Amino acid sequence: MTIKASSLESKATPAAQAKSFSLADFIPKLVMAPTIVVTIICMYGYMIWTAVLSMTNSRMLPSYDFVGLRQYERLFENDRWIVALTNLGIFGALFILICLFLGVMLAIFLDQKIRNEGAIRTIYLYPMAISFIVTGTAWKWLLNPTNGLEKMMVDWGFESFTFDWLVNPDKVVYCLVIAAVWQASGFVMALFLAGLRGVDGDLIKAANLDGANIFTTYRRIILPSLKPVFFSAVVILSHIAIKSFDLVAALTNGGPGYSSDLPANFMYAHTFTRSQIGLGSASAMVMLGCVLAILIPYLYSELRGERHD
Amino acid sequence: MTSANTMNSSSSRRQKTPLEHILRVALYICLLGMAAVYLMPFLVMFLTSLKDVEEIRSGTLLSLPGSLNFDAWGKAWGGACTGSSCNGIAPYFMNSFQIVIPAVLISTIIGALNGYVISMWKFKGSDIFFGALLIGCFIPFQVILLPMARTLGWLGIANTTTGLVFVHVVYGVAFTTLFFRNFYQGIPSDLIKAARLDGAGFFTIFRRIILPISTPIIVVTIIWQFTQIWNDFLFGVAFSGFDTQPVTVALNNLVNTSFGGKEYNVDMAAAILAALPTLLVYVLAGKYFVRGLTAGAVKG
Repeated sequence: MTIKASSLESKATPAAQAKSFSLADFIPKLVMAPTIVVTIICMYGYMIWTAVLSMTNSRMLPSYDFVGLRQYERLFENDRWIVALTNLGIFGALFILICLFLGVMLAIFLDQKIRNEGAIRTIYLYPMAISFIVTGTAWKWLLNPTNGLEKMMVDWGFESFTFDWLVNPDKVVYCLVIAAVWQASGFVMALFLAGLRGVDGDLIKAANLDGANIFTTYRRIILPSLKPVFFSAVVILSHIAIKSFDLVAALTNGGPGYSSDLPANFMYAHTFTRSQIGLGSASAMVMLGCVLAILIPYLYSELRGERHD
Repeated sequence: MTSANTMNSSSSRRQKTPLEHILRVALYICLLGMAAVYLMPFLVMFLTSLKDVEEIRSGTLLSLPGSLNFDAWGKAWGGACTGSSCNGIAPYFMNSFQIVIPAVLISTIIGALNGYVISMWKFKGSDIFFGALLIGCFIPFQVILLPMARTLGWLGIANTTTGLVFVHVVYGVAFTTLFFRNFYQGIPSDLIKAARLDGAGFFTIFRRIILPISTPIIVVTIIWQFTQIWNDFLFGVAFSGFDTQPVTVALNNLVNTSFGGKEYNVDMAAAILAALPTLLVYVLAGKYFVRGLTAGAVKG
């Protein structure tokens, strides 16, 4: 494109245009250069640096005594890490499933020519504008057993109602799910609503003519055509789940004990407060692996889809 | 729109059956019930912030305060203890603005220029680089945390507002570039070709043609970046000093500070204050906020 344009230009005043041709060719690269340099160093370089550290015996300060995969062995022998990883599995699975369920349901409901749809949509989505720290603070208060929901239900006459999940090591991970679903399900709703609005109207008319009722139309025709939205939603939600750090910090601070730790919290604690940089780096690399395991198939299918277009 | 229209036009033309009426009512109950569930935490926060400690102990989450008492708000703003100091969250609120404003502006400008290059001034490797940058939107920041902490130390900007601005710009540019690139991709290239034939250069075209039509994407990007950076906790807690903490970190310290009795009213007031700027943006410019959210998901 550049060549074509400038060859046309050069017909006018060759000498002057030759100069601007080289300059015009140079400026875009110059403009991008800072981003390119910083990306190479601060993303890929640092990634490699962390990978290197994960194979050393670094403790309080980075050291470069290589110990092979010893830190990874230690990591998977570490009970706290296993708890964090198990929690991520439970938290991630429930968070994604419930968000998808609620999001799809609310989107379909809102798509029925609802009066004041805009206002209702705004209410579903506002938690997404809030920081996870605020969300955690709010739910910590709501879920606390002495003054929170439990007391409200008891005062309302449900004498035997107990809700102590926040202080119960076996249940505390579900508190994370509740708060995270509250925050992110509206987002899934917005994604699907946008998808529903884009569904080809003729498809639906045809189904109606065939006598399909509204439920069948959704189940058989509309939802299957939203497969790409499903994929996007799952990728984004799993990304949120893997990166979750602030919610745990604010809602449970990992407790009771370390029963509600997630990998991100494990990584932070070991790298910055427990002087276990090698171990912390190894846990960061495992997190990266989790993200890539989800991202690469997604990008692959996206790119293949683009080629088909 | 189409799906709702076609479905309802076919059903409203004929008389609604009683079953359809019941379903319709159930639908509204369901939607409004869910709206109540989504609103409840915020309502509880607000009610709690207006109560005094005694009312909190004796009442329930949803019981109304005896009077409109904004004492807790005053304390949260100017007197509550966050870790070592007791100046409320006001100073940290200001810190957040000092971090957010430059970081948003710089990352938006860089993103606009990058997007402009990637969509209209492609050079060898620019597409590959864009792909590499995109992956940056997804990496868990845990893999860059420690090296970045060391780098900030070397640069002499560890624990400073400048350091946090730098970090937010570095890791925000991937998203801002994506936004602008997708937007500019939709502009007909003939427009640019014509301008080049007229002898307009890189910056002239950007200023005269591209910038004037970029308002919507600039708004989307600014709102996205503002929300992301204001709500950030990870970088804030890892890279800030005692007096440069952003408000999210201060709020977390305030809530987890445990000298004396727990003052839930102050906690809640502080939480609302910390959430107010982004909530305000959402209420005023929700359309652009949603567009930013879905822009990352629905590829352009």
